[in-house]
Amino acid sequence: MSVLEIKNLQVSVVIESGNKEILRGVDLTIKSGETHAIMGPNGSGKSTLAYSIAGHPKYLITGGSVTLDGVDVLEMSVDERAKAGLFLAMQYPVEIPGVSVSNFLRTAVTAIRGEAPKVRTWVGEVKAAMSSLEIDTAFSERNVNEGFSGGEKKRHEILQMELLKPKIAILDETDSGLDIDALRVVSEGVNRIKESTDLGVMLITHYTRILKYIKPDFVHVFANGKIVEEGGSELADKLEEKGYAEYITA
Amino acid sequence: MSLLTTNYLTPTGREEAWRFTPLKRLAGLHDLSSQVSDHISLTGKNSLPTGVTLAIANAADHPPAYASNDLITNRIREKIKKVLVLSIAKDVELTEPIILNRSCTDSAELSRVVILAGVNSKSTVIIENVGGGVVGEEIEISLASGASLSFVSLQEWDRTAVHLAQHHAVVGKDAHFTSYVVSVGGSVVRINPTVEFTGAGAFADLYGIYFATDGQHLEHRIHINHGVANAKSRVNYKGALAGDDARTVWIGDVYIHKVAEGTDTYELNRNLLLTDGARADSVPNLEIETGEIVGAGHASTTGRFDDEQLFYLQSRGIPADIARRLVIRGFFAEIISKLKNESLEERLMARIDDELAKVEQ
Ligand SMILES: Nc1ncnc2c1ncn2[C@@H]1O[C@H](COP(=O)(O)OP(=O)(O)OP(=O)(O)O)[C@@H](O)[C@H]1O
Ligand SMILES: [Mg+2]
Repeated sequence: MSVLEIKNLQVSVVIESGNKEILRGVDLTIKSGETHAIMGPNGSGKSTLAYSIAGHPKYLITGGSVTLDGVDVLEMSVDERAKAGLFLAMQYPVEIPGVSVSNFLRTAVTAIRGEAPKVRTWVGEVKAAMSSLEIDTAFSERNVNEGFSGGEKKRHEILQMELLKPKIAILDETDSGLDIDALRVVSEGVNRIKESTDLGVMLITHYTRILKYIKPDFVHVFANGKIVEEGGSELADKLEEKGYAEYITA
Repeated sequence: MSLLTTNYLTPTGREEAWRFTPLKRLAGLHDLSSQVSDHISLTGKNSLPTGVTLAIANAADHPPAYASNDLITNRIREKIKKVLVLSIAKDVELTEPIILNRSCTDSAELSRVVILAGVNSKSTVIIENVGGGVVGEEIEISLASGASLSFVSLQEWDRTAVHLAQHHAVVGKDAHFTSYVVSVGGSVVRINPTVEFTGAGAFADLYGIYFATDGQHLEHRIHINHGVANAKSRVNYKGALAGDDARTVWIGDVYIHKVAEGTDTYELNRNLLLTDGARADSVPNLEIETGEIVGAGHASTTGRFDDEQLFYLQSRGIPADIARRLVIRGFFAEIISKLKNESLEERLMARIDDELAKVEQ
């Protein structure tokens, strides 16, 4: 049983003209097995929250805390956070020229598990994960995210999640760019991982579509750098109908 | 091109050809002040297969096949009495590379090497430059029609070495010349890979990688002369730089003469700056006298290490040093993987890792 606790988190983005305040006191607790949907308008700071938890150097934490099972996450380096059990499926996965998917996966798994995976079982493990996400095995030899379509990138994020087996995962708009079939495949992948590992999920999305597959236990409305309303899945339906107008104050 | 007498004058550093080069660090190779021995330091490392000969011959018996406008080359030609000649006979197809190894003495050396690849022969020649040394070098490579030659020049010198070279290839009809210039060691390395074509269907593929750390000067000056119709050339050089006063220079001159219709050429240079204080110059230059060509282009970029890549890898649990190594290996992989020689590829990747380790210390 793991708990990610975000308390009064305040974050600025570091830009040339100084710092720009983005997160204005975010409170959120995610436990193993729970799924929290985060919905909010463009630019409200959802990705900022995701990146800040993962430790992206562009963001400056100006207040608050983030702990995983009581341990201060903000003190950890980026790779330590991943080793502690955090995973971020990125909205815009990064291309790494010259680094093959297979080399990358093996290196990452070796780092997370603390030892190289056994050669005999590893190939099969990757193949199985790829086939369940309907990823052609030819991708193993391609460079990480290079020339991948938007949807292919997203599938690869979930492939990594499956192999790295985190405790808490943040999925930042993993559903954007997925076609109808891919959405189902990816959602089933997430559900499968949730079932087998009791994963806790923060699901950032703009659409209720994915919530039909991945049932949220909680829905949070995110606006202007913080959570402004919380509820069950009925809140998502309300947002779908009415939009964010009532949460946006000029 | 004619041999101008100015070629023989000591450069001042203001000449176009020398304006990037630190003349003070050339150990006197450029102004004749160095003590030159007539030792020939290049020797065969492995036993030679049938159809291949390696011999020391009288320079007079192997006159230059082209006129060079390089000062060092002309100085070598004036000075030396002996040349090293490597011949690969007609139709010979080698499966293993021919490896030549330099071991220099304390005094400077002027070296002229002639490589003759016979009609329809297929071979790989690797020259390993290791240890210390002060070398002025001309390698003249002739590919007879239909010949295919991969030429690998490895500069894995100690940090004291000075290496000034011209590697000139004369590529015949339907011949395919591939060169890999790898410069990681040395104090000053300045190599001019130059190419001319003598028949249609000739193809030159020039690859290079270099990694300069603290105080190293690594310079590569490419010159491709398209003087016949329907020849093709490709250039792809990639370099990384790290540390104070790490310096690299890449010049890519391509000339397409009026007669060279059907020319197809593209040249590319990418530089990766890993730290402040390093400087990469990159100067592509294309001159075209005919519009009747298949294609001609160039690209040159010099950029900083991409922190987003580092973040992505780290966010998957990969520690920063390993992540950086992956990205840099990846940067060079595009070229190194072209070698299609596993042990050589691993060796070069290991050298890249070594250079990176120096930076991280
Ligand atoms: N370098 C920067 N300079 C200025 N503003 C920035 C910078 N980086 C981020 N921001 C701003 O921070 C705000 C929050 O961005 P963020 O990416 O977190 O939004 P988001 O909620 O994920 O939006 P979306 O739904 O479009 O993905 C935006 O207004 C964005 O413009
Ligand atoms: Mg976003």
